[in-house]
Amino acid sequence: MSLLEVTDLKVSFNTSDGVVQAVRGMTFSIDRGKTLGIVGESGSGKSVSTQTLMGLTPGAKVSGQALFEGQDLLSMTPDQLRRIRGPQISMIFQDPLSSLHPLYKVGWQIVEMIRAHEPNVSKADARKRAVELLGMVGIPQPDRRVDDYPHQFSGGMRQRAMIAMALALNPKLIIADEPTTALDATVQAQILDLMLRLQREFDTALIMITHDLGVIADLADDVLVMYAGKPVEQTDRRSLYYRSHHPYSAGLLRSIPSGAGGRGGRLIPIPGQPPSLISPPSGCSFHPRCPYVMDTCRVDEPPLREVAAGHGSACWLPKDALGLGPEAEQLRESAVAEGRTEVGA
Amino acid sequence: MFRFIIRRLLFGILVLWLVTTTVFCLLHISPTPVEKMIAGPRASAATVALIRHNLGLDRPFLVQYWSFLKDTFTGDLGYSYVTQAKVSSIIADRLPATLWLVLGAAVLWFVGGITTGVLSATKARSLLDRTSTGFVLLGLSIPPFLMALLLPFLFIHEIGITWFQTGQYVSPFEDPTLFLQRMILPWLALAFLIVATYTRLTRGSMMDVLGEDYIRTARAKGLSERRVIYRHGLRAALTPIVTQFGVDIGALIGSTIVTEKVFGLQGIGQLVYNSIVKGDTPVILGVTLLTALFVVVANLIVDIGYSFLDPRVRVD
Ligand SMILES: Nc1ncnc2c1ncn2[C@@H]1O[C@H](COP(=O)(O)OP(=O)(O)OP(=O)(O)O)[C@@H](O)[C@H]1O
Ligand code: SF4
Ligand SMILES: [Mg+2]
Repeated sequence: MSLLEVTDLKVSFNTSDGVVQAVRGMTFSIDRGKTLGIVGESGSGKSVSTQTLMGLTPGAKVSGQALFEGQDLLSMTPDQLRRIRGPQISMIFQDPLSSLHPLYKVGWQIVEMIRAHEPNVSKADARKRAVELLGMVGIPQPDRRVDDYPHQFSGGMRQRAMIAMALALNPKLIIADEPTTALDATVQAQILDLMLRLQREFDTALIMITHDLGVIADLADDVLVMYAGKPVEQTDRRSLYYRSHHPYSAGLLRSIPSGAGGRGGRLIPIPGQPPSLISPPSGCSFHPRCPYVMDTCRVDEPPLREVAAGHGSACWLPKDALGLGPEAEQLRESAVAEGRTEVGA
Repeated sequence: MFRFIIRRLLFGILVLWLVTTTVFCLLHISPTPVEKMIAGPRASAATVALIRHNLGLDRPFLVQYWSFLKDTFTGDLGYSYVTQAKVSSIIADRLPATLWLVLGAAVLWFVGGITTGVLSATKARSLLDRTSTGFVLLGLSIPPFLMALLLPFLFIHEIGITWFQTGQYVSPFEDPTLFLQRMILPWLALAFLIVATYTRLTRGSMMDVLGEDYIRTARAKGLSERRVIYRHGLRAALTPIVTQFGVDIGALIGSTIVTEKVFGLQGIGQLVYNSIVKGDTPVILGVTLLTALFVVVANLIVDIGYSFLDPRVRVD
């Protein structure tokens, strides 16, 4: 049994402009101690989907199933879910500057979390643990800094403190939502190293959300590529980097500076804008931006189908057109020329 | 931190000095000279000159100014034109009634405003939110005199709670029960006028704070909803409310005229009213100075309190 098994998760919001379908059917699973990377542009539903699992999207309409150790997170009472948050699943958010309470000491905020779930632990013991945790995530002089307020920490240190908090109760799963986006490049690398090291040490499963494939190049076991609220490609890391199928994944790969598909280290952004989630495009939701668009693409929605063992892609292009090499490119071009589709394949 | 307090203190003194100077100028540019007002219209020129000399008004302007400053800062506010009594003792007589009125009402409106504000922020658009919004509008739209007339009518005559009374101020140290009996309605009347502002302030501040990332963190930590709302939400939302609170209390001393008049409390408000009617300038100006002092002190307390509430403004 996987640690977390999400099946057909759908999340929508009623707004004055209409119903925003932020997540439109997401299925994935993650095993103990493994790392899953979720990648996609801004607005593709990465945060909404994972925060929904934790019950942190008030006002959302949710359907589907999310079995965590066999129990459905989506049908738990608020109190049951509260007991999961922290000791079982914890989260690290994008902006460390605003994610810590500005009026409480950093150590106090860690102690509070420990004692909320382990009321028998004395204040002094919880504090000792907070100091240890801060030391472990690389805060210098943790016994002194434990009494600092967040504004006395740098951005990188605050994210380290968030990581310490996330680890405080030794959870089975950590969801990190773009934990390095707000930090500058050198600090980013340090934080990623730290997370990787601690994840191995604690044997925690990790969901790493990012819009930059470069971030998970070294640390993800599996990768899920999201577009407009749906997974469009799902496979292990190597296959994604060397044998990707979906044109959107290819676009993301090309946009990594000097990454696997980067041409001469230059960044090639994907042209066009992410689609509206109130009225998503017909057929393949990527078709308005896809260089290979065929007739069928505008009408029929491609299902996530297996293009290789353990490798799913939601695209009508030939299954064997994998990777960014010239042969695959030729296959794709001839498919486009013929307007060929792979219905029922 | 220490330098911060000193700076605020000096600023407060500067404000008081400016107010005192303004008051001094007002005394000296009044259309009827002071000595004539005291002497009355039929007094001889010699009497007027004598009074002028006794009051020291024939001294050079700057000398007068200096002695006025000195007197004011030592609490000597001159004598009433009407009763010839010391202004400072007239005010000291009346101050307790007003202080108790404002403090009691303040507790009511602070607690009431925050409670309804938090409830309507956390249950936005619910029946409770709508009801409290209704009360807020009511409180904002009823004129003070009507409120003061309405409450005794409602509670004593309609509902029949005869324990409540209206009447003169009684010191709580003399008769605590009578004090409460007579103060409750004025407290309610005054608080009801102001509570609306605090409900709205709290509601707005809470709604802003509850959307913050650190509130999401608090929930993600698995804290109880109660703790998230009060310990994390209200704690952060409180700062602007407390600031407003200090300023309001300071400014209210001296502007409770209507409530005091209607309930017959012999406080500063009534004193101001009577003094204006009788043209008793020294008393009016004395109250002005006192009000300024309260506003300055309240602001000082707020500023210092603020730096305790928010570690980010603790400049050292
Ligand atoms: N409470 C809400 N009400 C209405 N729409 C919402 C709400 N929360 C999120 N959305 C919408 O859902 C969509 C998905 O948002 P989400 O935050 O999951 O994107 P993301 O993939 O995390 O992007 P980013 O990389 O910018 O963090 C967005 O279009 C967003 O506007
Ligand atoms: S289905 Fe068609 S439009 Fe969509 S990604 Fe594949 S080729 Fe492009
Ligand atoms: Mg996001």
